[in-house]
Amino acid sequence: MILYLQLFWEFFKTGLFAIGGGMATVPFLREISARRGWFTASDLADMIAVSESTPGPIGINMATYVGYTTVHSHHGPVAAILGSIIATVGLVTPSVIIILIIAKFLEKFRDNRYVNAAMYGLRAASVALISAAGISIVLISFFRVTTIDQLKSAVIDYRCFVLAAVILILTRWVPQTKKLHPVVFIAISAVAGIVFHMSVPL
Amino acid sequence: MSFSYLDLFWTFARIGVLTFGGGYAMLPIIQREIVEKKGWVSETEVMDYYAIGQCTPGVIAVNTATFTGRKIGGNLGGVVATAGVVFPSVVIITIIAALIHGFANLQPVKDALAGIRICVCVLIFNAVLKMWKKAVIDKVTLVLYIAILLASVFFDISPILMVVVAAVCGLIVKGRAKA
Repeated sequence: MILYLQLFWEFFKTGLFAIGGGMATVPFLREISARRGWFTASDLADMIAVSESTPGPIGINMATYVGYTTVHSHHGPVAAILGSIIATVGLVTPSVIIILIIAKFLEKFRDNRYVNAAMYGLRAASVALISAAGISIVLISFFRVTTIDQLKSAVIDYRCFVLAAVILILTRWVPQTKKLHPVVFIAISAVAGIVFHMSVPL
Repeated sequence: MSFSYLDLFWTFARIGVLTFGGGYAMLPIIQREIVEKKGWVSETEVMDYYAIGQCTPGVIAVNTATFTGRKIGGNLGGVVATAGVVFPSVVIITIIAALIHGFANLQPVKDALAGIRICVCVLIFNAVLKMWKKAVIDKVTLVLYIAILLASVFFDISPILMVVVAAVCGLIVKGRAKA
């Protein structure tokens, strides 16, 4: 019982203080691992890899994984399912409360000139931050590097560019395909990845 | 606008299961599922949710789900949408953690993911372009966009700080002038 409470509490704190997306939870998980000893640093590396290679928000995947693993080692596989749920609920609880409060506030002041003026600036910031996140995803996916500085030493893998060009054309210019659901393109790309062994650098 | 809590739950569960690579990868799916298909929120509202989601605690995907759910179904709607978006993760990860050891090291998984990542880049590019047209509408927003993009790519500046600066710029430019 106490383990479930600890699990909830640790993830509640992570959810409260990790700002800016799923990967922001990693430093908190590292700290939990060091302090509680629930899982090792190499477990954490595995969890990150699995969280990134399965669908769903990364932060949620991590919480579920840690919840499962932690309880599993103490109480076995059935209790572990409860652990995965509790960790996930812990992670989302603070943000749900905070967002519901902000949403209420926004609703009340929707026609307020100051709120609208702030949102006018915020939207530009939001698109800029998403663009920046997009660039970092491009660096990892196309060049297998994590920072702009490393680009100089990056190896160009033409398969990535061919696939990107195909998807870009299909989603923007071919009238028969551009309205298709994004999952179609994700599936095509997954198949292309497997056929051309895209995880293996040229 | 019609909705049921079940519809809300499944719509967000679908979004959750189609999201590969975090909250930003969810953007194109969100645009398709809840803006175009369901008409629950507008493109601009999604942008606002992302702006706020990036500077409040928690996972961005979850914040956006809570926002959308609340808008169409009140506080309960917010909770239901959140439960929906995390549901596939909990199921999939639990199965993988229980049954498949070394899942992320399987060659087909790594290869498929390498392909999916490329696709996600293109989908995010398309989604950002759509938003860009609605958010970057004059010189002030263009300057803000470029400045924040450069700052986040080249320097390690907290997104919170940048979002606050952008909001203050908005207030200075639009807050005083009687439109």
